[in-house]
Amino acid sequence: MAHDHTKCGDVFAMLSEYLDVELPPEACTEIHQHVEGCAPCVEFAESLKRTVELCKEYEPDTMPEPVSAAAKAELMAAWRKARG
Amino acid sequence: MLAGDEAAFEPFLEHFRRKVFHHTILMCGNREDAEEVAQDSMLKVFGKLDQLHDPEQVRPWVFRIARNECLMKRRKSLFAPQRELSLEEFRPAREEGENGPRLEIADWSDVPGDALLREELRGRIGEAIRDLPETYKAVVLMRDVEELTTEETARVLDISTDLVKQRLHRGRLALRKHLDEYLKVAGRG
Repeated sequence: MAHDHTKCGDVFAMLSEYLDVELPPEACTEIHQHVEGCAPCVEFAESLKRTVELCKEYEPDTMPEPVSAAAKAELMAAWRKARG
Repeated sequence: MLAGDEAAFEPFLEHFRRKVFHHTILMCGNREDAEEVAQDSMLKVFGKLDQLHDPEQVRPWVFRIARNECLMKRRKSLFAPQRELSLEEFRPAREEGENGPRLEIADWSDVPGDALLREELRGRIGEAIRDLPETYKAVVLMRDVEELTTEETARVLDISTDLVKQRLHRGRLALRKHLDEYLKVAGRG
């Protein structure tokens, strides 16, 4: 039986929830079954998955200035006050 | 509790001050504002430590405080119109090939193993995050950069979990497209 590419749009719309395992089990199974036989969906899903991985690895290269002594004293006072 | 441990002060301050600074600089792109928001947020955090009942929830709790400080700083732009992202603008074109349909996207197959390429893309993703409309950027930062759960993100941003999922997906698609265009120009298309 020929693969049904009309389902690709549904996969596209739900792909993040599928990758995050946040779909109800029935929808998850349905998408999984479609993706298994659909090269374009696999290719697109891989690229989205890599994008998410790159976000998780992202570290901005700008660092804050060191805390000034006065600011640290103010913060320490707030911390001690919270301790009661 | 955190408030009871004086030795925890320095590492707690350094860790969260850096996190809040990075979050704010990506949200508003201004270093001075980010320094100020980081300092003011940490003052609020320490001032309210006794209100943190579940230490497991410290990250979303700190980010909620930081988000409010960030909004206060940017209150003038709060009502600026936001660009909405639609799913259709990110759906790649297809062409019919000999073996069925093929997407007109770049070749991502080297991304997992090519360290240099990953490094380049990490630089690009910072740029892509900064370019996202604010509502989508806030969700992507919470979910994919800070790795909060959908529920925690919904609480930090005061929106429903369905809206978190919707904005996250569209935000990710926008980032993917940005990287895809870079890969195509770099000759991997």
